[in-house]
Amino acid sequence: MKLLTRSLLAASALLMAGAMPAMAKTFVYCSEASPEGFDPAPYTAGGTFDASAHPVFNRLVEFKKGTTEIEPGLAEKWDVSADGTEYTFHLRKGVKWQSNEKFTPTREFNADDVIFSYDRQGNDKNPWHQYISGITYEYYSSMEMPSLIKEIVKIDDHTVKFVLSRPESPFLANIAMPFASIVSKEYADALDKAGTKEDFNNMPIGTGPFKFVAYQKDAVIRYQKNADYWGEAPKIDDLIFAITPDAAVRLQKLKAGECHLMPYPAPADIAAIKADTTLKLDEQAGLNVSYLAYNTTVKPFDDPKVRKALNMAMNKQAIIDAVFQGAGQVAKNPIPPTMWSYNKDIKDDPYDPEASKKLLAEAGVKDLSMKIWAMPVQRPYMPNARRTAELMQADFAKVGVKAEIVSYEWGEYLKKSMEPGRDGAVILGWTGDNGDPDNFLSVLLSCASAQPGGANRAFWCNKEFSDLLAKAKATADPAERTKLYEQAQVIFKDQAPWATLDHSTQYVPMRKDVTGFKMSPLGDFTFDTVDIAE
Amino acid sequence: MIRFFLGKLLYLVPTFIGITMVAFGFVRVLPGDPVLLMAGERGISPERHAELSAQLGFDKPIWSQYLDFLGRLMHGDFGLSLVTKKPVITEFLTLFPATAELGLVAITIAALIGVPVGVIAAVKRGSWFDQVSMTTALIGFSMPIFWWGLLLIILFSSILQWTPVSGRISLMFFFKPVTGFMLIDSLLSGQKGAFTSALSHLILPALVLATIPLAVIARQTRSAMLEVMGEDYVRTARAKGMSSTRVIGVHALRNAMIPVITTIGLQVGTLMAGAILTETIFSWPGIGKWMIDSISRRDYPVVQSGLLLIAAMVMLVNLLVDLTYGLINPRIRHQ
Repeated sequence: MKLLTRSLLAASALLMAGAMPAMAKTFVYCSEASPEGFDPAPYTAGGTFDASAHPVFNRLVEFKKGTTEIEPGLAEKWDVSADGTEYTFHLRKGVKWQSNEKFTPTREFNADDVIFSYDRQGNDKNPWHQYISGITYEYYSSMEMPSLIKEIVKIDDHTVKFVLSRPESPFLANIAMPFASIVSKEYADALDKAGTKEDFNNMPIGTGPFKFVAYQKDAVIRYQKNADYWGEAPKIDDLIFAITPDAAVRLQKLKAGECHLMPYPAPADIAAIKADTTLKLDEQAGLNVSYLAYNTTVKPFDDPKVRKALNMAMNKQAIIDAVFQGAGQVAKNPIPPTMWSYNKDIKDDPYDPEASKKLLAEAGVKDLSMKIWAMPVQRPYMPNARRTAELMQADFAKVGVKAEIVSYEWGEYLKKSMEPGRDGAVILGWTGDNGDPDNFLSVLLSCASAQPGGANRAFWCNKEFSDLLAKAKATADPAERTKLYEQAQVIFKDQAPWATLDHSTQYVPMRKDVTGFKMSPLGDFTFDTVDIAE
Repeated sequence: MIRFFLGKLLYLVPTFIGITMVAFGFVRVLPGDPVLLMAGERGISPERHAELSAQLGFDKPIWSQYLDFLGRLMHGDFGLSLVTKKPVITEFLTLFPATAELGLVAITIAALIGVPVGVIAAVKRGSWFDQVSMTTALIGFSMPIFWWGLLLIILFSSILQWTPVSGRISLMFFFKPVTGFMLIDSLLSGQKGAFTSALSHLILPALVLATIPLAVIARQTRSAMLEVMGEDYVRTARAKGMSSTRVIGVHALRNAMIPVITTIGLQVGTLMAGAILTETIFSWPGIGKWMIDSISRRDYPVVQSGLLLIAAMVMLVNLLVDLTYGLINPRIRHQ
């Protein structure tokens, strides 16, 4: 604490010398990873978005803080045509672009910026499509924007119309994602003229709550409050990301008062953090799921009875206690309970080795031996896959199933686990991108995603299930969609292509004097609402 | 001396070509595919995968990729990072001074402590000093760096609060890098307290990084001294009635320094390995951490060009060591 107080005092002294208001508030975030760049469109890492999309930029629509609900962003309101293929956005007036040493905007945000922000990603003829050689727009293409957006029409300076090729109800949630951040066309033109296009990725200009100041690679990112911000002004004056990759060191820095807040504590440290009187801990159910995906196309796993029998052999609570240190809840559905349309009436297959044995006998399976794939990396949804696999192995042995654990290098793991005819069941998981059930169910379990290049690692193609998803995607009414997804979850549980394992809890440790931080179910770290108590 | 220097320089050419092969081959031998890693759990369609691979030039046969790599190197083009899309050389030059500063300070600490300890241990062979220092050196040599670093952080930064936990300088100081060496830049900035802050941030990581080289240097100095002190010319010097300070300081030490300097030179390689862990623990923005991140992401251009640049630096240091060696030992330069 001593250090922090000292630095804060000194920092405010420095700022005063620069004719800044006295007692500037500096908030230090010990971030985990270095940003890949500051243009949100070409990247996919959460750490990059925390450093670019969230502080510096806005989207047409935004996720309401702490939720996955959509609220107006740079678009004040929007109309959707009756057939769901035309979205007309009415843009906010008087939104000022930020400035830096190389650029002073001459105009406010308008429709040209919106069109530029999308066109540069989708149109390979746009001169900004390849402004750095080799960049690609992976989120734009994986959210199917190229086939979805037919055209974007400028109605007037403050109205744009998106014409879609088909009705797509998750569309608004998709464009609230970081890749759809609105960038300044005027800034792009100015850099083009100056011949320094790469600065678009190094010195971002946005409309967001903070202005980018400087980045020292792998060390520090600095931001300053955007005094002209159109929304509620941030309560802190300066925001600093101190990049600290190791979780144990991040915690030491937090304890020593060198930062105010940190992401991703090690599960083993949670108890100690709770006991520390200078710290507090926010927690929230994560928007994630971990699972064991059977290969439903090979014998005997093509029989739902066998899959259900294995699910019943598994003591999931024991896995959560041992591997997640209790920080999670048993999953029964493929989507997490915090997501709308979660079917809470579904009953999970109970842990019952005897019933499991009986079911296996009924299915005519004797002396079954199988492989369990354990992923080699940690993920927020799975802290230790090897240990999880070992516990499963022991559980399976109790019902007479012999399991062998295999693992591969991460890239190989992802590739081999999607090869048709794969031998064994795969441990993996998913964290939601935008809070829409479609982002779990279609991506992970639809017939289309069972094809090469998809992510349906059970290779499970159930027509009835996939039809429900397609119908929901084309339905605008949320109540109607909820019903369809609830039905889909019933089919899922009945067919059991996965053993659903866990929805892990996310923790954010911070110093006691931090107020106003809102955890995001999407795992974003945003600081426009935080404050430091006096 | 010039012939000696040119001869050494000539040796570097085949070594360098060998290194380009190793640097290029190493990351490609590892299983894994950068395009798949970029896509993550979501997966990527075979068409898109082929498209991206072609765009990055990974669809060509391996020898052709290698020749492309060599061709670009000839033009001083080290390629672009697949992750940040920035030139590898820019990233290297941004990060290298941090590693160089840490390494220089660490090797200086190691030499300044290691050599005298080794000399005293040799002179007072079998004494308590010899035993304690050599046992400590053995422990230091076997110390797992990661654990050692964390231990020091917990003691000095968390409990005693003498030093900051990590980083290169307090966040309240903010100036544009000139040399990239924080100790120098902090002085140049003219900001009060900046230099002290940079120094206090440097102490722990430099100590951690110095641990293994220090142990090696101390042990090497001791054994070299013991060997030299048994030589005839040392006995002769003593017999002439020379003071023992002069015997040890001039006759013995100078000869014993030859293998010690080689050892110090070789430690530069060890230092690079240690830097990877030290930089990760202390959030030190250097090339060690950069390489590790790049290997795990299979960022081929960064790994191959980065390894090459690091190897070039190590070769340069070894060349300097060889030259120093020649300066101290006339027999070698006349061979």
